[in-house]
Amino acid sequence: MNKPLKQIHLAAHFPGVNNTTVWSDPRSGSHIEFSSFAHFARTAERAKFDFLFLAEGLRLREQGGQIYDLDVVGRPDTFTVLAALAAVTEHLGLTGTINSTFNEPYEVARQFASLDHLSGGRSAWNVVTSWDAFTGENFRRGGFLPKEERYSRAKEFLATTHELLDSWHGDEILADQETGAFLRDAKAGSFVHTGQHFDIHGRFNVPRSPQGRPVVFQAGDSEEGREFAASDADAIFSRYATLEAGQAFYADVKNRLPKYGRRPDQLLILPAATFTLADTDAEAEELAKEVRRQQVSGATALKHLEFVWNRDLSSYDPDGPLPDIDPDVSDQHISKGRAQVRMYRDPLATAREWRELAAAHNWSIRDLVIETGNRQNFIGSAATIARTINEFVQADASDGFILVPHITPTGLDDFADQVVPLLQEQGVFRTEYEGPTLRHHLGLAHPDHAPEAAGV
Amino acid sequence: MSSTPASPLHLAVALDGTGWHPASWREPVARPRDLFTAAHWTGLIQEAERGLLDFVTIEDGLGPQSSLFPAPDDRTDQVRGRLDAVLIASRVAPLTRHIGLVPTVIATHTEPFHISKAIATLDYVSTGRAGLRVQISPRSNEADHFGRRTVPRIEFPDLALAEQAVTDLFDEAADHVEVVRRLWDSWEDDAEIRDAATGRFIDRDKLHYIDFEGRHFSVKGPSITPRPPQGQPLVTALAHDTVPYRLVARAADVGYITPHDTAEARDIVARIRAEQQAAGRADETLHVFGDLVVFLDDEPGAARARKERLDTLAGEPYTSDALVFTGTPTELADLLQELAAGGLTGFRLRPAVDGHDLPAITRGLVPELQRRGAFRSAYEADTLRGLLGLSRPANRYAPHAATA
Repeated sequence: MNKPLKQIHLAAHFPGVNNTTVWSDPRSGSHIEFSSFAHFARTAERAKFDFLFLAEGLRLREQGGQIYDLDVVGRPDTFTVLAALAAVTEHLGLTGTINSTFNEPYEVARQFASLDHLSGGRSAWNVVTSWDAFTGENFRRGGFLPKEERYSRAKEFLATTHELLDSWHGDEILADQETGAFLRDAKAGSFVHTGQHFDIHGRFNVPRSPQGRPVVFQAGDSEEGREFAASDADAIFSRYATLEAGQAFYADVKNRLPKYGRRPDQLLILPAATFTLADTDAEAEELAKEVRRQQVSGATALKHLEFVWNRDLSSYDPDGPLPDIDPDVSDQHISKGRAQVRMYRDPLATAREWRELAAAHNWSIRDLVIETGNRQNFIGSAATIARTINEFVQADASDGFILVPHITPTGLDDFADQVVPLLQEQGVFRTEYEGPTLRHHLGLAHPDHAPEAAGV
Repeated sequence: MSSTPASPLHLAVALDGTGWHPASWREPVARPRDLFTAAHWTGLIQEAERGLLDFVTIEDGLGPQSSLFPAPDDRTDQVRGRLDAVLIASRVAPLTRHIGLVPTVIATHTEPFHISKAIATLDYVSTGRAGLRVQISPRSNEADHFGRRTVPRIEFPDLALAEQAVTDLFDEAADHVEVVRRLWDSWEDDAEIRDAATGRFIDRDKLHYIDFEGRHFSVKGPSITPRPPQGQPLVTALAHDTVPYRLVARAADVGYITPHDTAEARDIVARIRAEQQAAGRADETLHVFGDLVVFLDDEPGAARARKERLDTLAGEPYTSDALVFTGTPTELADLLQELAAGGLTGFRLRPAVDGHDLPAITRGLVPELQRRGAFRSAYEADTLRGLLGLSRPANRYAPHAATA
């Protein structure tokens, strides 16, 4: 192949609330104490990763009317942790999920601009939407947003935030101690926004930050989500970490860019991926099986099956056969506050398929959930994992990966020490950061210099 | 020097821009171009920590600073723009070890759910040194930045309407603090059990819905963030009149007041104590701190001359809600001890010029108070509550909570 080698982007996701994390492992530390976040971030920076990623939660999940207690529960506030991490790292990008439904643009714009100043240009925003009244019960406005309006609010929220951030151009502060002119322009930060979701005006009070605007990430796989990413995001998180599915998603999303006047390199595609690393491929396969059984206890398997069946299945034996009753397809879902519910859009078909799979392989409930559930994407020795990651990226299945270790906070250490040097030897991963800001790491133009900026 | 040792005072500093004098940014020590960098805030707060101060507060606002009350001004000769105070505090937390970090929170436009988890997280990143200073925003232009409510424009001829509007905003702030505090308690301290035998990460019986229903909010809970290290981070508020005194008495751990002499301090403290009694909190420690703006110089007369020079640069004499002190560290120590006799347990000093007056506090005033036995000579506790002599509160939802 004459094609030049693509450079791989790597990021680390501090595991949040999921059943990836093996919290029962003796090496598993706190998910709340700052020392855990600091260790994780320093490891990612030592490995020259592009950024660290934190998800967000705004209501504790419930299942069957009770708080879900089998996975890690609880997490700190995204902005506050990222600001503290800026103090213990120098280069690592700091990416946080912030919901566009239960926040207001003025406040979110201030927080991102502040984080960008306080980190020297390393902030990034994963824009997510929510509409459900369940989460809304923790907020003033409640769960007012009709489901079909969530992307329209998100788009307008993002645009409004950009208007606020762009209300300072970067040359307003003179701070001339001799003449006494602090501001060049008394109207710095003036803005007016009139729209369907926001009708606001006044003055934004944070001067322009090093990156101008945070880098914008988006996660979401629906048609609307893909269009939103193609029109507005700098990177998209996907869940397609197999080669063929990854390539299909990659081609689909990149092909949507031209109609928004954008080039393919202006949107990075970064699937989340887990990994199991050991000295040999055989040892890694063994370890991966063990980890999967730790991730999916009998109780977890039953709860997972309940997402699809939408019924209480606590009387079933997780080591026994699948239920022969059909899922409940009523509007009320047994599980609340959990994004995975949406993965099973046709529960009757999924149940039928799973029963057939289990019968064909003689799988118990737990076996089925282990086999169909959270798969490790990369399993093997360091050489195997490095080679596989590179193959995926060079074959346009992605531009890189967001790695989620199953042990917190040390689960990234071996990857940093063993896999990254191999990628560096192959010339597909940086040995030094390209510049001070996250836009430098991701190869993204500064918004003030981007081609599309002229039209804004 | 004094033969009878004075009771120790608590000392905080209030940080705002380059200092409280509007021309402070023009002083050579001010380096105003660094105002929006982490280094600016880290340097100031580390200096405060070298002086063994109890805590710093960080001012904030949801609109530009203004010399006019109800609206933005069009001035270009003063500092405009500021960073989010909670994020500044968090950015500095890993670089300090003892000093308390108390950012301002505007209750009027923020969500108590977000504030609760942000301050709980600040408590985690600082390992027990977080607090908040709750403030209302009666400014209609700031309400326009959110567009979901209107705040009546406060006009001075119609004081009754203004008072009603402000009373409503303080009621809302009291509810805001109540929601924030309930959310801090919504996890019992030992809710995380990691019971491998049953596969349960938490004991969900130790998580609690707060079910707050008020005129301004309804919030279900529980928090997403477990109970912070201090249990309840510090809640503080500045108060100038009956309505805010009531907020301090009902909801705060520290109230800041602005007396101009000892008699006035005594009178305000008595009013707050009466409200505290009425609120059923008589047996709880509630600190009342005096707020003062300070210009400090060793040479007699130098501080006054400096204020005059800055006033000339600003084009008008500096005035404040608080007493404006000019003088030497010895004179300030005398004044603080005299005011403290009115029932104050500490002071929040507002440096006129951060780069000058903050080191004058830490290197001039602090040693003077130490000589008099009126200030600590080393940090004696690991948490902000500990520094202030406040115990770690029991959890209101725990059936048999220990007050460890």
